[in-house]
Amino acid sequence: MSTNMTIHLRYWRQSGPTAKGYFEDRTLSTVNEHMSFLEMLDVLNEELQLEGKDPVEFDYDCREGICGSCNLVINGQAHGPKKGTACCQLHMRNYSDGDHITIEPPRASAFPVIKDLVVDRSAFDRIIEAGGYVSVKTGSAQEANARPIPKKDADLAFDYAACIGCGACVAACPNASASLFTSAKISHLSHLPQGDVERNNRVVAMVEQMEEEGFGDCSNFGECEAVCPKEISIAAIADMRRDYARAVIQG
Amino acid sequence: MPTIIKALQSQVGRKLMTGITGIALMLFLVVHLAGNYAIFASAEAFNIYTKKLESLGILLYIAEAGLLFFVLYHSYLGISIWLGKRKARPSGYEVYKSKGGASRQNLASRSMILSGITILVFLVVHIWSFKFGETEMIMSADGEPMRDLRQLVIDSFTTWYIALGYIVVLTLIMLHLFHGAWSAFTSLGVTNKNKTHAFKLGAYVFAIVLMLGFIFIPVYIFVTGGTGSLIAY
Repeated sequence: MSTNMTIHLRYWRQSGPTAKGYFEDRTLSTVNEHMSFLEMLDVLNEELQLEGKDPVEFDYDCREGICGSCNLVINGQAHGPKKGTACCQLHMRNYSDGDHITIEPPRASAFPVIKDLVVDRSAFDRIIEAGGYVSVKTGSAQEANARPIPKKDADLAFDYAACIGCGACVAACPNASASLFTSAKISHLSHLPQGDVERNNRVVAMVEQMEEEGFGDCSNFGECEAVCPKEISIAAIADMRRDYARAVIQG
Repeated sequence: MPTIIKALQSQVGRKLMTGITGIALMLFLVVHLAGNYAIFASAEAFNIYTKKLESLGILLYIAEAGLLFFVLYHSYLGISIWLGKRKARPSGYEVYKSKGGASRQNLASRSMILSGITILVFLVVHIWSFKFGETEMIMSADGEPMRDLRQLVIDSFTTWYIALGYIVVLTLIMLHLFHGAWSAFTSLGVTNKNKTHAFKLGAYVFAIVLMLGFIFIPVYIFVTGGTGSLIAY
């Protein structure tokens, strides 16, 4: 049995997309080290509801780091302090008794707040819709080795395919750029023969959509790679630029 | 497909051009540095070198126009990226902290706009004083009149505030290149996961060597009062 910790929370409250937001402070005294960060928020919401108050809205789904729903900015870091970890997999044992924790939603004009800590990330969906797919007939899956792909390419594509679209890259980027997300979604297809066919159109369409959504420019800060729960390298962004230049030159 | 003009205005195109203009300016700095060392070659070498440059005529104008274009384009892109930040994130975080690790957020990368603008202001002063500044006309050994820019350099760098200002600006250029020299190649898409460290290290080495190369001259001239034995008379 672990002892209870006291945690001083400061979290963003905003009743709707157009409402003015503000910070609310509350101290929890029954946090234990085995709780995940989101379970700690469940405890907070339980307390709030027992008092007849509105719970704090936050996004989550799988709670095992694979769905990309959660994307809290904790003490100024997207997904909190642990490397390669989504905040649902962050445990309270990383904090100590009496800690102050500020929780904010990702801040970007392309990610408008819906309520409290929940933001609208449909801008990402529109970037995917612009070209992040392969136009092949679906049907029964072909035998895995029917089409040989060099291991190096398969590994690279897999690294980029690990992106769960949580938006931590945007949240952490000093420019609110979506370059890491967009480039990962481009590169995980372009390194494979199936994705190669639409390579040029894809990179141009997705880059245009990314800009249209109002994401900022990339300054190669690399903060996105540091906060990415899947540790996707900004080499993906260099890849995207190479692809884009080639697409424009090839016409 | 977008036209070349439209492509260059896209986020990726802007970044590519920041990299290309940045690399061009770095190459210029290397040539500039090599030229500066003519001051140590012989009593007349520096003045002959500058006279030769000035007598290139149309070629010099083309080179100058090119440099001016690179500087202005690079500055425009940098400033517009910086201005765009506010549009992409109108309200900032109450608490913001870098996660370290793979992040390249540091003094150099966060101060690109400040170091860049300072360098831009310096360029105006620098060109004003050395290109258009008043110099005495002297006769070369062959009886040709030439500007005594060498004396202007010595006079400038024996003045403590000019020497100090020059060293400060060169330090800022080094800082700018700590991030810029690496970032330019990433912008052009030539780095990958395995090469990133080599490029980063290369950027530091390049920036430091360049800075030391440039500031050796003012430091030497100031310390020796312009009469050091390296400066041939």
